[in-house]
Amino acid sequence: MSILVDDGTSVVVAGITGSEGTFHALRNRAYGTHVVAGVTPGKGGQDVEGIPVFDTVAEAVERTGADTSLIFVPARFASEAIYEAADAGIGLIVCITEGIPVRDMAQVTAYLRGTGSSLVGPNCPGVISPGRANVGIIPGEICSPGRVGLVSRSGTLTYQIVHELTQRGIGQSTCVGMGGDPVHGVGFHEALERFEADPETDLVVMIGEIGGDDEERAAAFIAGEMRTPVVGYIAGFTAPPGRRMGHAGAIITGTSGTAQAKAEALEAAGARVGRTPTEVAELVRDALS
Amino acid sequence: MDLYEHQGKDLFERHGIPLAERIVATTPEEASDAARKLGGGVAVKVQVQMGGRGKGGGVKLVHSAEEASHEAARMLDEGFGGTPVTAVLVERLVDIGAQYYAAISLDRGAGTYLAMVSNAGGVDIEEVARTRPEAIRRVYLDAVRGLRTYQARRLAGHLPVDAREGAADLLSRAYNVLAEADATLVEINPFVLLRDGTVMALDAKVTIDDNALFRHPDLAQLAGAFPVDPIERRAKEAGLQYLKLDGEVGIIGNGAGLVMSTLDLVKQAGAQAEAANFLDVGGGASAEVMATSLEVILSDPSVKSVLVNIFGGITRCDLVARGILEALERVTPRVPIVVRLDGTNAEQGRRILAEADHPRIVPAETMLDAAELAAALAHEGST
Repeated sequence: MSILVDDGTSVVVAGITGSEGTFHALRNRAYGTHVVAGVTPGKGGQDVEGIPVFDTVAEAVERTGADTSLIFVPARFASEAIYEAADAGIGLIVCITEGIPVRDMAQVTAYLRGTGSSLVGPNCPGVISPGRANVGIIPGEICSPGRVGLVSRSGTLTYQIVHELTQRGIGQSTCVGMGGDPVHGVGFHEALERFEADPETDLVVMIGEIGGDDEERAAAFIAGEMRTPVVGYIAGFTAPPGRRMGHAGAIITGTSGTAQAKAEALEAAGARVGRTPTEVAELVRDALS
Repeated sequence: MDLYEHQGKDLFERHGIPLAERIVATTPEEASDAARKLGGGVAVKVQVQMGGRGKGGGVKLVHSAEEASHEAARMLDEGFGGTPVTAVLVERLVDIGAQYYAAISLDRGAGTYLAMVSNAGGVDIEEVARTRPEAIRRVYLDAVRGLRTYQARRLAGHLPVDAREGAADLLSRAYNVLAEADATLVEINPFVLLRDGTVMALDAKVTIDDNALFRHPDLAQLAGAFPVDPIERRAKEAGLQYLKLDGEVGIIGNGAGLVMSTLDLVKQAGAQAEAANFLDVGGGASAEVMATSLEVILSDPSVKSVLVNIFGGITRCDLVARGILEALERVTPRVPIVVRLDGTNAEQGRRILAEADHPRIVPAETMLDAAELAAALAHEGST
């Protein structure tokens, strides 16, 4: 098994006729993912190398049975694309687009709570279950099938750590790039919950970075409810403290948001934390042997 | 984008929030004229994009035009918190009865906005939050419905009865500022009840969501007022995410997380070298972007070695390699450049660099090796 995407996933790509949309739709298909449809308003009836294009997501779902939407449309239209996917009954929405206003995302996530749709992203590299399905822009060739789950706020840092795992012969069940935006869909907590319930995930790697308190809240879940071991990494130990405007941020989280505080929270929850991507891979290898 | 107090107050004024009479001054003469116009008793407030002004000597209460001129001269001359100061706000002193705290902020953990009010204004509010959390009343807002009147009344109910009506009105207007300007923070510390019963905002901290600036061309223009390091300006014009730091190793990478991790590794290498900057070329960097990045880094005199750390996803390592070579045709590097390429087309990229056989380019196999090598070379270069 795996989480979020697998062999049964059928993808509709929103913005498929744009250059990024076309490139990644074809790359995901070449990986073996069922990319069954694309959507670009006004281009219904065309096709992208055999992938039929529809004017709306609803039509794409009706005609092809797509259950997952992969979004590449520009930032100012992206929230519209998420609403459209949810209203068409799409179960999983993966939004790659970066630069969406946070107010739009706050409204989108409030809306999605009342629907059956889950969102990954925005501003994320997507989700891959190696050997089964690749929904996003993570390079498939650096991954390998296996039993380690991975969830990350960062893009290329994820690639680095996956690469180090693969080089040591450690495959992955699913890699989730949750994205770095302040308001987002699936976070550490929800990804960890899904990995915990997945019988084919033996260990989870979580890759965090400075800012916010997603990692601290994940630590509370790890301490309270996780049996699957977790290895963590936090980027930004040497990042200069950000210039602070007001006090509201500190009052809300009650945490400093520093890499040190996050690493300590994870360790206190029983997770092991690597200080370099290489050390993370070594900790995973040791934990599995 | 963090606004100066005077810019935030202009937004407040448009939404009808009561304010003390105020004038922006960019010279000591303007400050003394302003003080005279406002009747002599004024606050002179340094205009910077940060908090902690009161404690740091950035707010001075004076009683004459001469004193106002003197304080303005000092602030404009000395700067504040390490940044240059180009303006002060001169504000008429008011007769304060009580001070309170209010903020409406994005709560990223909750994925929505949180409104807060405290009767403990003008003190260390973070300390209050830690030791007396009940002194701050909080109400979560629905991102679609916004701050409803009953919620504003609920928040204001935390304050003494004389202040409630004015505070509820101020909160509603503060929410309108947040919603209409796509702000992620509107903080008023303090807002005050005057002896005549008026509730007034004495400060304004407003942060605008950069991603939403396309909807607000008028606000986007305000960015022109902020001081920018010349190297940072050049990087920004080229579309690069660049931040100057204090160390000696120039860093170029793709993706914020990978770059931050690279910074950490350089420090951990233990060669007493640290990163000279943060530079993220973003996704799908072209040869041109790489060349500009390298030029930007090499223009920083404190750089003793350069570390290029690329993990190609959308970014193609062959283009990165060509960009490095292009840059070396335009500028003659005085320091070694350690290059680590992995991911998409890494083999081709490494071959391109190997064939060029440039004396300043030092290839590295892994990210860890690259960081150690760059740190050691920077240390050698500094001694």
